[in-house]
Amino acid sequence: MLASDVLVAQNVGFAIIAAIMVIGALRVVTTKNVVHAALWLVVVLAGAAAQYILLAAEFLAVTQVMVYIGAVMVLFLFGTMLTRAQIGAEKNLNNKNAIIGLPIAVLLLATMLIALNDGFKAEKLPADTPLVTTQQVSDQIFGIYLLPFWALSFVLLAAAIGAIVLARRD
Amino acid sequence: MLLNQFLMLGAVLFCIGVYGVIVRKNAVLVLMSIELILNSVNINLLAFSLRNGSPDGHTFALYVIAVAAAEVGVGLAMVLLMYRNRRSVGLDDLSEMKG
Amino acid sequence: MFSASTEAAEVILKSGWFLENAFIIPIIPAVAFFLIIFFGKKMPMKGSEFGILSMFAALAMSLGAAYQWIQRVNGVSEETYVKPIIRSWTWWQNDGVSLGIGQHIDGLSITILVVVAFISSLVQIYSTEYLHGDRRYTHFFASLTLFSAGMLNMVVAENMIQLILGWELMGLCSFMLIGHWWEEGANSRAALKAFFTTRTGDIGLLVGTSVLFFAANDWTQKTLGVSGFSIRGLSAWALSGDPSSAAITVGAVALFIACIGKSGQFPLHTWLPDAMAGPTPVSSLLHSSTMVVAGVFLVARLYPVFYEGMNIYGNSVNFIVLIGGVTIVIAAALAFVQTDIKKVLAYSTVSQLGYMMMGLGAGAWLPAVFHIFTHAFFKACLFLGAGSISHSASHHSFDMKKDMGGLRKFMPITFSTWIVSTLALCGVFPFSGFFSKDEIIDNVGYAGYNFFMIVGLFGAFLTAAYMTRATYLTFFGEPRGAAAGEHHDDEHDAHASHDDHGHDAHGHDAHAHDSHAAHDAHDDHASHGPRESGLIITVPLILLATLALGSGFLNAPAFGEKWENLKKWVEPRAEVVSVTGIAKPAGAHGETRLAAGSTDTTVPSEETASPEEVVADGTTYSTEDTVADDSELRTTAVDDSHSEATDSGSHSKAEAGKDGGHHYSDCGTKTPVGGVCYAPQLKHAPFKWWKAGMSVGIVFLGMILSWLLCVQLYTRKNKKLVGLTERNKVLGAGYSFLANKYYLDTLYEKIIVRSIAHPISRGAYWFNQNVLDGIVNGAGTSTRKTAGWVYRNVDQKLVDGAVNGAGTSAENAGGALQPVQSGKVNQYGALLFGAAAIGALVLVIINF
Repeated sequence: MLASDVLVAQNVGFAIIAAIMVIGALRVVTTKNVVHAALWLVVVLAGAAAQYILLAAEFLAVTQVMVYIGAVMVLFLFGTMLTRAQIGAEKNLNNKNAIIGLPIAVLLLATMLIALNDGFKAEKLPADTPLVTTQQVSDQIFGIYLLPFWALSFVLLAAAIGAIVLARRD
Repeated sequence: MLLNQFLMLGAVLFCIGVYGVIVRKNAVLVLMSIELILNSVNINLLAFSLRNGSPDGHTFALYVIAVAAAEVGVGLAMVLLMYRNRRSVGLDDLSEMKG
Repeated sequence: MFSASTEAAEVILKSGWFLENAFIIPIIPAVAFFLIIFFGKKMPMKGSEFGILSMFAALAMSLGAAYQWIQRVNGVSEETYVKPIIRSWTWWQNDGVSLGIGQHIDGLSITILVVVAFISSLVQIYSTEYLHGDRRYTHFFASLTLFSAGMLNMVVAENMIQLILGWELMGLCSFMLIGHWWEEGANSRAALKAFFTTRTGDIGLLVGTSVLFFAANDWTQKTLGVSGFSIRGLSAWALSGDPSSAAITVGAVALFIACIGKSGQFPLHTWLPDAMAGPTPVSSLLHSSTMVVAGVFLVARLYPVFYEGMNIYGNSVNFIVLIGGVTIVIAAALAFVQTDIKKVLAYSTVSQLGYMMMGLGAGAWLPAVFHIFTHAFFKACLFLGAGSISHSASHHSFDMKKDMGGLRKFMPITFSTWIVSTLALCGVFPFSGFFSKDEIIDNVGYAGYNFFMIVGLFGAFLTAAYMTRATYLTFFGEPRGAAAGEHHDDEHDAHASHDDHGHDAHGHDAHAHDSHAAHDAHDDHASHGPRESGLIITVPLILLATLALGSGFLNAPAFGEKWENLKKWVEPRAEVVSVTGIAKPAGAHGETRLAAGSTDTTVPSEETASPEEVVADGTTYSTEDTVADDSELRTTAVDDSHSEATDSGSHSKAEAGKDGGHHYSDCGTKTPVGGVCYAPQLKHAPFKWWKAGMSVGIVFLGMILSWLLCVQLYTRKNKKLVGLTERNKVLGAGYSFLANKYYLDTLYEKIIVRSIAHPISRGAYWFNQNVLDGIVNGAGTSTRKTAGWVYRNVDQKLVDGAVNGAGTSAENAGGALQPVQSGKVNQYGALLFGAAAIGALVLVIINF
């Protein structure tokens, strides 16, 4: 297979996954069913994992699947079920802010697209640079970014304790 | 592949997430929208990481995932608490902070 | 007069284990804190044993260190700079910036270490009885121990970061301790107030530290190889002629703001009296020797920085002196309108801290430090005495007018220790306060601040007067309220005779009431009369009173020079110390400190010569040119001084023939050549008996006047209260006859006290409570009330305009923005992202 073929395949793959992701994301914010929203979110997150692989970040992709789809989504589903017995469609999921929400989102999108188009135009991602290995990432985490790592560990600890304290029934 | 295709995908997801945050009433759905926003940021980080050939973006994407997990944990605990106290997860009902 | 070169001097400096390992002192209570937290509740004494033992260990180590330090100082001649024992370990390093932790032990830290460890030990012992049965007994001891650890850490700190660590630790613990009984709203409010007020000042600490770091780091790294946080580095830098006057002034002012907050100086002193809401041992510890002297300690510690930054010994009044002087008078005036005995002591503390600050500002470094030392003893004794009274005699009341009086008969030990400490506080001759306070006043005058010397004397007069009033109300006259054994709702009849029986009957037996569940359980007391407290309370009192009496002799210039021990041991000697590997002669900068009004000027070129040149031609240079103004002192001090460059070129000294052969060096006056100074040369006022006599006379005048007034006022009132007139017609007639005789006193009270003292005191109190609190707590409704009051008083118009305007505009702005605060999260999100979108759009447009 030629290198250009690979690139074409990648581009096609990207387009398909991106389309699925955008549709999924739109469904997440428009669906009338909370459980459906959660399932659409799974689609978006899985798509994101696929995009990570396209971006040569396998480790991140695996982490994404494990953490998001494996843990966070379960949390969401539990949260949904614990708070709302109703699984089916329901009304009243949206508030009256749609009038301001839509313009703001469109304005933000337009601004970003203009800025991106202006900033990077048709810049290509390099196809020949050495890929980032997981070893490099771990060297960084336990090397120069050790302090943020510690901070993050405390954040997680605090979050775990906080979640328990908040959700505890007493 | 263009750099911009990833960045623009990120931008689109981000704005959809913003729309969700503003429009959704159910607290769980708002949290989901926030996840969308965080993921779009991750896509950006990784795209730039590939472009610059540096592992920094990977590291921070990992950190973002970890923070997002913590945020969801606490956020859902709060939703649970809210539901327990007022039998509703509608954010519109929470307006005690009204000035 | 030229000592051997400093290198040689360093070799012969003695040291010892305690000095080398003084950093362990704060670690002991810190470890004890964790022991108390984790195991305290399971221990037989509920954790207090850890605290007490740790404080004893710290005290023992401090005393050991003090002994070895004295050995070290005595081993060298009077002029040699005694190197502090500095140890430092790096715990964080990044890109050339490294943070260390360690110790900086010199005379100052040793002095404060001993005081803190001693007072903390006594307070902890005292607390075992005072808080017996308290529901958070263990936590109390944990906080107390951690508090001491913080203070000790601050004292031994090697650098500013470590100092801030101790400083903040104290802030946190003071919050926990003041709010110990947080169930009462007032207590937790007081704790919050103390915390926030000191935090307000602490901003200055952070700002000042950063400013000084960035200004000094290059110099200290190059010259001394230490970071710009190090206290030693900062001291040397301040006197090196390197700092720009702006940087050091900003740094010093910022740091001093922190000191204002922590040491309760005007205008941030409002937290201190409120902090009396905490348990009495806490007040005693916080407000005698630890927390509030932290600010004074910081000024003393970084004295060279303040010396240069504030232009001490300059011609104009500097910030420190001004704040100190204002604080003395304002606080002393407030002490007159208090009926709460602890509040009297609190204002007295504020006032005494004003003395210390004023002394430091006027260059009286040693007297100020000495005053920290003596004040710690007598003020701790007074606070603990007040605690003893409330604990054993007045059912936990601190109200002098309602619940005390005549206690001298029932509490002889408390009474006598109180009297000793009061005399010490007032500054009566053989007591410790005399030696320190009088020296401050003396030196302030000697430094040329005549007005502030009068302020100091006036403060001494007020001190004597309000302490006499407090003493009278508490210990003399007839017992009132709880002190008379009555509960507030008791009937009035036949108290006098009946209660005396009561006291005799169960005055001194160990009562079951000792084990009451502190504080919350007032009513368990039933109606026993006042009695002396137990040994656990009286022994610390006696120890403290002994020291209040005797500690003054450590530095008693009144008896000649060989009594000035503290000066020898504690005051850093101003000597140019050579630095091996000094990068460049500091003379290149050629700046001298000048009297205020003019900024630094360049010294004529022959002085800026590098050491090599000095050696080459053997020039002797004089220092006359530094005197540009007519400052009398400066001239006398410098006139007959001459400095010579020694043949090594690395060591230059100057000596003044004046001051009874006192050593004199150029440090602080001009740029050190070929070395660095760690301390400025300080001046000492010669002791004069007539001055001392005058101030003691003023004190006695204050006491006598106050006594006479008290007798007339309170005794008469008391009789009316007891209600003799209703019971007995004859007595009633006699009483009204007597009362007629006292019309004069009514006149005094109504006209003199009411019209002069009360409005001033009340006005000051009002100003204190409303305006200052208002400003500190922020604008809002209180500001509006303030504005309303001021509105009616035309003379305050200026203040009113600003305050009122701020209040109204804040309210208007708030009203306009009200709809935005809908309380709806989504709407906030919309605002956030909308603003971000608009901001991004603006950026995009600008960049196109």
